[in-house]
Amino acid sequence: MAIVVTAGEAVSRIEDGMTVMTGGFLGVGTPEVLLDALVGRGAKKLTLISNDTAFPGRGNGKLVEAGCLKKVIASHIGTNPITQQQMKEKILEVVLIPQGTLAERIRAAGAGLGGILTPTGVGTEIEKEKTVLTIDGRRYLLEVPLYADVALIKAHLADEAGNLVYKRSARNFNPVMAMAASLVIAQVDRVLPVGSIDPDQVMTPGIFIDLIVQTGGEQVGDLRTAR
Amino acid sequence: MATLEPQDKRIIIARRAARELQDGYVVNLGIGLPTLVANYVPEGIKVWLHSENGFVGLGPAPAPGEEDPDVVNAGAQPASIIPGGACFDSCMSFAIIRGGHLDLTILGALEVDEKGNLANWMVPGRIVPGMGGAMDLVVGARRVIIATEHTLKDGSPKIVRRCQLPLTAAGEVDLIITELAVIEVTREGLLLKEVAPGVTPREVQARTGASLIIPDTVATMEI
Repeated sequence: MAIVVTAGEAVSRIEDGMTVMTGGFLGVGTPEVLLDALVGRGAKKLTLISNDTAFPGRGNGKLVEAGCLKKVIASHIGTNPITQQQMKEKILEVVLIPQGTLAERIRAAGAGLGGILTPTGVGTEIEKEKTVLTIDGRRYLLEVPLYADVALIKAHLADEAGNLVYKRSARNFNPVMAMAASLVIAQVDRVLPVGSIDPDQVMTPGIFIDLIVQTGGEQVGDLRTAR
Repeated sequence: MATLEPQDKRIIIARRAARELQDGYVVNLGIGLPTLVANYVPEGIKVWLHSENGFVGLGPAPAPGEEDPDVVNAGAQPASIIPGGACFDSCMSFAIIRGGHLDLTILGALEVDEKGNLANWMVPGRIVPGMGGAMDLVVGARRVIIATEHTLKDGSPKIVRRCQLPLTAAGEVDLIITELAVIEVTREGLLLKEVAPGVTPREVQARTGASLIIPDTVATMEI
């Protein structure tokens, strides 16, 4: 059974210096309430693994602005000028990874694989210092698993067993991150009694989830003004 | 050769690129100019637009007030999902891209060269936004079309002998569509296939940073 806790209780388990994965794509499907609590706790020196750093004031952008991070591992930081500024000033180390490779490295960690072979990045600077293997005449890069101490994910619905259902494009990295961290905390809009979600409809099995934070629906900001 | 406004160039490129679509194709359109291609899908052709953030069946932007915060395109702009569309996670999204299930991607370029190399993700020391899904798209899509203005604003060529910027992918580009020409990347080099109405092959060559193979007859772009 996953345990339902407050956002404050959940993030009190996250220590300075830990590696934290956060779900979301440019702030959509991001556990905003957990990130607010993390900022409120004054977290420091975290390594963030996420697709992007969203926008100033939104999603992972909040962690960047509050100075919670020492390192970001992401596929894209172009929508957040503060991340780029901190990178230039060498306050923040940024490692850029192709998005599909990022997803599969996280999956490898959660699936017990020693790595994956991908053609993405062959012949580019991504290839530097990587092992290249030729399979059936095609060249692939060996990409190793990417684990985290904590995964902060966002779903639409949970039941008390921790089974999760996501909505539309808010699914993105959340299911795979739920498999790749020692502690998995899910922010959900609603928690339903056990048995309320048909087993065929479950998108992430509850066995992956440790803590649930219910928000009762969250304000995600005005998309029309988001850049 | 008439001087075109930037907006006219973009429409010419998008219209011509849309003529490469075939019925039933699964297609990913890059952010910026390539997104315009969706406005010019030829009559009688239905394509499935793939949105890398996690669905196929990308539809038009919703009317004001109809936005769903959980339905956005890969640029985080409000979007819609057409009937028959399907949602999935990032691993599935990139399995579709890399696994040969994407018939075509249309992307922009900073530089593209005669070997089919593409640079479109960073300018060292100036802009380092990250590659996002671009490297996977260029390597994975069955066909890669570059839809771009022929030159930079100052007239310097974007189509070059060798890319100088860091590559997005090596040797993956199939076709280049600009407001002046349609150019195919072949083993022998860049083959001029079509020129825009009123443009001569010589004029295209003068604005290109690589040697073009110019056949005896070059078709006129239908736009």
